[in-house]
Parts: sequence; C-alpha cells; structure tokens
Amino acid sequence: VSATIIAPARAGEGGFLRAFASQEGLLAFAIIAVAILVGLDNARFLAARNLSDIVLGNAYIAVAAVGMSMVIVSGNIDISVGALIGVLATISGSLAVAGAPLALVWAAPLIVGVLVMMLQGAVIAYLKIPAIVVTLGMLSILKGGLISVTGGRWITDLPESFHLADIELFGILPMPVVIMVAATILAAFWMRYSARGRAIYATGGNAEAARLVGVSPQRTVVMVFALHGFFAGIAALLFATQLKVIQSTVPPNLELTVITAAVVGGVSILGGVGTVVGSTLAAVLIAEIASALVFINVSPYWIHAVQGVLILATVVADILRRRRRRAGG
Amino acid sequence: VIGMSVLTEGARRAAPRWLIRHETLLAVILIVALAILGLCNDRFLTIDNLLNQGRLMTEVGIIALPMTFIIITGGIDLSVGSVVGLCAIMLGYSWKNFGFPLPLAIVFSLSVGAAAGFVNGLLITRVRVPPLIMTIATLALYRGLAEGISQAHSVRNYPEWFFFVGQGEWLGVPTQLWFLLAGIIAAGIALDRTTFGRTLYAIGNNETAARFSGLPVDRVKLLIYTLSGLAAGVSAWVLVSRVTTTRSDMGIGYELDVIAAVVLGGTSIFGGAGTIWGSVVGLVMIQLLKNGLALTGVKGDATIIVIGVVLIASTLIASSLQRRR
Repeated sequence: VSATIIAPARAGEGGFLRAFASQEGLLAFAIIAVAILVGLDNARFLAARNLSDIVLGNAYIAVAAVGMSMVIVSGNIDISVGALIGVLATISGSLAVAGAPLALVWAAPLIVGVLVMMLQGAVIAYLKIPAIVVTLGMLSILKGGLISVTGGRWITDLPESFHLADIELFGILPMPVVIMVAATILAAFWMRYSARGRAIYATGGNAEAARLVGVSPQRTVVMVFALHGFFAGIAALLFATQLKVIQSTVPPNLELTVITAAVVGGVSILGGVGTVVGSTLAAVLIAEIASALVFINVSPYWIHAVQGVLILATVVADILRRRRRRAGG
Repeated sequence: VIGMSVLTEGARRAAPRWLIRHETLLAVILIVALAILGLCNDRFLTIDNLLNQGRLMTEVGIIALPMTFIIITGGIDLSVGSVVGLCAIMLGYSWKNFGFPLPLAIVFSLSVGAAAGFVNGLLITRVRVPPLIMTIATLALYRGLAEGISQAHSVRNYPEWFFFVGQGEWLGVPTQLWFLLAGIIAAGIALDRTTFGRTLYAIGNNETAARFSGLPVDRVKLLIYTLSGLAAGVSAWVLVSRVTTTRSDMGIGYELDVIAAVVLGGTSIFGGAGTIWGSVVGLVMIQLLKNGLALTGVKGDATIIVIGVVLIASTLIASSLQRRR
C-alpha cells in the first residue's frame, strides 16, 4: 500500500479525457463556464478590469490555500490561519510605519508565521493533541491578543515602498499573480517529485506505513506546519499591501475561505490525496463566484452559504467516488 | 458475549480513577478560585452576581450538554455557533416576515435547529463524512443562510412577555437557569443510567466493536447531532430573549466556549470518557474565570486568550494523565 501511495499520483498515465475528468480539469471548466454564463447575463462582468481585480484581490487566499492543502494532505487541519494572517499583517504594517528597514518589514511576517505554525505542528505531532483543539485554541489566543494589543485601530500612512502588491514585474506582471503562480508551481512540483513532498502524502495516507518505510510522521507534520506558516506569511504580506490601510483585526471567516479553497481544490479530507494546483484554481473560482453574485443581482450575503455548499458537494463526491472505486475493484 | 464485554469495558472506562480525581481536582480548584476572587473583590461572591453569571452561562451551557455526548463518541460539532445564528434569524424572520404568531415562531426556530443538527448527523452516518469536516462545512453554510435570509437586517420590538425567558425570574432564580438545570439532570441521567448512555461510551471506545455488538450506532449518532442542533435552537431563543434583538452574527465563536468547557470538564477529546458533571464544573469555571477577569479590569477581548490557553492546557494535562495510566 505504501509503495503505491509514495509513487507520484497518476504519473505517466494521461490522455485528454483523464485530465478533463480530474478535479483540476473540472475546476478550470467551472471557472470558464461561470465567466461565460455570468457574462451572457451581464457583459460588464467580463471587463478586463473586473477579471484582473478578482485574481489580484484574492491571490493571497490562493497562496494561503497552498499551505492549507499540505496541512490537510498530511491528515491535519488548521483553523487558526485567518487569525494568524491578521496578526502578521499588523506586525508588518506596524514595522513599516515605525520606519524599519524594508527587508525586516517583509521578513518579519514570514519568520513569525513559521515560528507560530511550527509550535502548533510540534504540539500536534509530539504531544499528540488533535489539530482541531490546538488550532482552535491558537485562533482565540491570536484573535484576543491582536485586539487587546492594538484595539483594532487602523494602520495608516504606510510608506510607498511597503506596497509589495503594487509592484509590477517587468512593468506588466503584477506581483500578487507572480507570487501566486510561482508558489503553486513550486509547491506542486516539490510535493509530487521530492522525497519530502511524497512523505506528506505517505503520512496522510497511512502514518504507520509511512513510519515503516522510514518516513518520520512527526517530523513531516512539523515541516508541513512550518511551510504552512511561511505561505501564511506571504499571504499576509499580499493582504497587507493591497490597500493603503490595514485594519489591525482578524479578517472574519478568512480561515473558512482558505479551507474551502483547499477542499474544493480536491484535497481529500481523509488525507493522502490532493494537489495545490487544484486549490489555487478553487481559490480563483470562489472569488469569481463572490464577484459574480454582485453582477447577477444576488446579495453578496449569500457567499458563505455558497462556500458551505461547495465544501459539502466536494466532500460527498470524493467519498462516494472512493466508495465506488473500492466496490469496483 | 462480545456485546457484554464491550459494555462492561465501556462501563469500566467510563469512570476510571483518574477521571474521578480529575473532576475532584477541578472542583477543588474551582472552590479555591472562588475564594481568591471573593477575597480580591467584594462584588464577586454576592448572590446577585452569581445568579447573574448563571444567566450569562446558560446559552453556552445548554449546548455543552449534547456536545459532551458527541465528544464522548469521538465526534465534534463545530457548527453550533452558526446554528444559534440561524435559529435566532429564523425566530425573528418568521415572526416579522411570515407573520407567524411568536409562540409558533419559537417552535419553528427550534425545529430549524433540530433539522440543522439532523442534516449534520445524516451525512455523518449515511455518507460517513468525518464530523470535523461536516461541521466545518455547515459552520459556513448555516452562518451563510442566516446572513443571506436576514440580509444583515436585525429584528427588534418583541413583545414584553417574550423577555421572560431571558430576563425574568422564577422563584428568585433567572428563568433560563431552570432550563439549564432541567437539561443537566436529564442529560446526566441519560448518560449515566441508560443504555443510550452506555452506547455513547461504547462507540467512543471502539466503534467497530460497538457495531458488531449490535448496538444502534448510526441511530444514536443521528440522535445526538440532532439534539445538538435543538440545544443550539433553545440557546438562540434564550439569547434573543435576553438581548431583545435578533442579528445574523449571533453565536459567533460559541464552539470555542462550548468545547473548552467540555474538555476542561474531563471529557476526552479522543472519545470514550467523560461526564455531564465534569462539563458543568468546566462550564462554571470558564464563566467565573471570565467574570473574575472582567471584575479585575481585564477587557472582554483578552478573556478569549485565557479560554484558548485553558482549552489547549486542559487537553494536554488530560492526555498526559491518560498516557501515564
């Protein structure tokens, strides 16, 4: 069993149909279908400005979902990521206003993110406390801590150079998209072809089997959470620098959107399966639907209900597909 | 024969000695904490303050009872806060917009709560969606329904009699405390003295064995998730009556308080062990901690830091005690 888990998923097999039937293919199809359907109803939805706003404004969710996908593939969950992103954005913004050197301003959220998540990963892996308890506790510690320290005030007068999200590489490529695409591709290749990347699937698929083939599930979980913290740090930077001000509170329901992106992207909640390409496509799809609601005159207050239905539909489909496969052979 | 051994095994594990010590220990800590808080602040140990704290803890307490059942079976329900929001909205919306008489609106809102829990239970038992992910999905879905249906409009101007449950008194005790008291007694007896209670421990200890012993595992699970939704509905009713208004963001974060109270009370997050008595002590401790911190000048937002720490620390201590055994 472990050997098949460790082998790269679906490597070599292929064909157009199989690619289309994959979760990634379905999501790409859904993104285009929603664009066409909503565009037929209201052509302004397809304006280049709107489409680029959808991607630019939500790239940070896709980046955070890359880390979340790894966490879920390893058989864990993290509901503290939204609170952490709020804390990291505040740290970075406060440093920028205080006049700290730019390198420190950009590095601080990455370092703090890695440290906080590594701590959680270590408690989960070595002290054997379920991830939901640890991250639920950390969520309230971070949320309460942020509000008591800052009082939820707005951080304004951010220096011009701070705005990472406004940089356009070679004059045309906006930074959020560059980072989103780079993070997705690097993580996808690393998870698929490196030994440590495969170890994440092995740990999530069957921790005991992973241990028998020489993978340390504990060390893998700590590594996964450290990486998740790194991606949360990048996401916090993109989130903090996309507007001219930062509100030093926890962005509400952000963790739910990130989890939705990871799960709808095809990461199996039973562990051991999933890709970050899917989660990035799902993040784009969710943002597209949220924007589309406005254009077809549906109140945006329905977006959380849509997210809930998307998670449920994906999870139920995943479980039924597995059951049929098992019954079939 | 196998069924018998599972049940006796479950019964033996249900009250291991460390757990009895855990609760006794907790009760001792509680009394010491009460004494210290009472010495530090003369407004704390007054009947008025204690009854008022009882009023405030009812909304979380009612949900903590079925949550104890659920965690004993090794499950979890993260959607309770969103069900509170959904039920609060359904109460106000059906009264204001459907023109239901208020008593009918209350019953309708309670059935929506039960239905919300039933849906959780149905997918958990029939499709075998893990409880964690099922209730994360409905955490988003039910909150989204509350927001979508209400369009963020609040409902006010309830008639005077409606506030009896949340603000009134009966025999000198806040009305809703009687609800909680009745719930505690019923849940305590159900868990301790009935085959339903034994079945919960059996599921938590070894679900496969419980299934092979012919225990109605799926039916019992469906029941406890439905009860959880119903309890969230009652909680919403009490909450709306206490604060006199209905908003779609009601109940946000309740899952933290409820789970912290249950876990602090000695119910194992891995399933198989726990008592209603423990959850009640955990609940009282958390409420007094909040109150004590507030009286000593700590602001409300800072208390959730303490609850987060309490949640992680009590799980750590319980699991290390369990391992040593």
